[in-house]
Amino acid sequence: MFEPVLLKNLDVPDGHLLATYEAGGGYRALAKALRERTPDEIIDLVKKSNLRGRGGAGFPTGLKWSFVPKRAGKPKYLCCNADEGEPGTFKDRIIMERDPHQLIEGMAISAYAIGAETAYVYIRGEYTLAIARLEQAIAEADAKGYLGTRILGSDFSFVVHIHCGAGAYICGEETAMLDSLEGKRAQPRLKPPFPAVEGLYASPTVINNVETLACVPHIVARGADWFRDIGPDKSPGPKLYCLSGQVRKPGLYELPMGIPLRELVCDYAGGPLPGRKLKAVIPGGVSAPLIPERGLDVGMDFDSLAAAGSMLGSAGVIVIDDSTCIVKVATRIIEFFHHESCGKCTPCREGLNWVVKVLRRVEAGQGEPGDLEQLEALCKGIFGNTFCALGDGAAMGLRAALAHFGDEFVAHIEERRCPFH
Amino acid sequence: MTMREKIEEAASRYPDQRSAIMPALLIAQREHGHLPGPVLEEVAGILGVERIWVYELATFYTLFHTEPVGIFHLQLCDNVSCMLCRSEDLLRHLEEVLGINKGGTTPDGLFTLSTVECLGACEMAPVMQVGDDYHGDLDIARIDALLGRLRATVRQATGADLVAPGPPGE
Repeated sequence: MFEPVLLKNLDVPDGHLLATYEAGGGYRALAKALRERTPDEIIDLVKKSNLRGRGGAGFPTGLKWSFVPKRAGKPKYLCCNADEGEPGTFKDRIIMERDPHQLIEGMAISAYAIGAETAYVYIRGEYTLAIARLEQAIAEADAKGYLGTRILGSDFSFVVHIHCGAGAYICGEETAMLDSLEGKRAQPRLKPPFPAVEGLYASPTVINNVETLACVPHIVARGADWFRDIGPDKSPGPKLYCLSGQVRKPGLYELPMGIPLRELVCDYAGGPLPGRKLKAVIPGGVSAPLIPERGLDVGMDFDSLAAAGSMLGSAGVIVIDDSTCIVKVATRIIEFFHHESCGKCTPCREGLNWVVKVLRRVEAGQGEPGDLEQLEALCKGIFGNTFCALGDGAAMGLRAALAHFGDEFVAHIEERRCPFH
Repeated sequence: MTMREKIEEAASRYPDQRSAIMPALLIAQREHGHLPGPVLEEVAGILGVERIWVYELATFYTLFHTEPVGIFHLQLCDNVSCMLCRSEDLLRHLEEVLGINKGGTTPDGLFTLSTVECLGACEMAPVMQVGDDYHGDLDIARIDALLGRLRATVRQATGADLVAPGPPGE
């Protein structure tokens, strides 16, 4: 029987308060780390756990930490990526609203491991309740000595600051986030240098997602083997899945990594709405290519979804039923990426502009012969030719829609109308 | 605290004043309702940074408004999850009952209507943010009830149905 850990306090009254968190064993992992483990031992532990980043890329967290130079001669920084903007994703908001101390403890242990004394939580400006709860939790933790100077009698000192974003999806890209934190327009940086060597203020910086950091106290408390025993060995751990769209029980579910997508949608989230059939599911936020109904037996982990031509991404699972026009969904997704393109590189900025124009006319029943070939040519011009993954995500998503539901695009052009209206 | 004190306190969290521009703009916008040129100049002056740095952030990030917005900024999500839960019907209804198009402000300055990208609350789609608050699982009846409540808060505050003409900050 799987025991939820990340959402343990989800429905506990006052789950966001320090007293509740301490009563459930909170901050004992921090004490254990500071008293019984060296920073390198923490990094090794997280490496052994096979924890992979929950923001979307799935990069091994312990490995990322190990890239930070031991002697930098500069301050090191930890940045928490709480700019949850991937459409279909709401897990980090709920962690921060309901159990913010879990994140703070995770940040303190992670900062100890990499030798950072300052952290910035880059949080969406829209998340006003999460911001208020996190501010309150930081003040509580500070007052109780879990943050501040010489934490719990150790030599480790650490402060956490909140930095509110202002509505730019691109800030989820870690180097764009760093530019934003430095007070610039958010645009991705050319890599290398990687942030672990030259990040915020040109200092060594680790950027981790909220859910990734929230896993850390549990790994310290229960051990690497406990974590690795949950789900697939190469992509293990408890995982938060955000269910939304045309499904009976939308919401946040904590289940093992690797659970079959069909089981998640049909058993846990109740399946399609009454009288409707499943048509497709987007498994990891709109950057993740959609999967048609026949492909839903895939496991929800980084490697299985990549093998199936999609990705786990942020685990924002969007359910689409048979009443919905895929051309409309694809158009809306590309409009989103076009709106959020930072404008830095031409294939993304201009290419998506063209894609939107073609898709809109196809959707409106004004498509022309050759439009689908045009879309494929545009995807080819964008994919692999951009600074960051935003353009790639847009191109991959559109290609999947064309590959699996090409007949719907053709019908729009041939019938000169949307067959769903 | 005055706006200057709030901005100076925010700036103390960073080793570089330029980092404080975003928090300063958020503080200034709360104070003034929106960010007209003179406010941007004031922020640049308080932080002692280049004016262009302040202007470029105020125009890059979508949460900053250089033009006035209504007392209640209705921000309806129309990204995929909300679209699948029929947010379009809600937009049409809002346009009809408010008598404005998306992007517009009612003549009494009460409501500005916008569509926004994903608000990160898809479990309660369709969802709309008004000021600091999220309103989820919306349908037409709930939208009407919400508009009624918002109008009532203004009536209570001003004792009149309508506030002075023109959006706040004018």
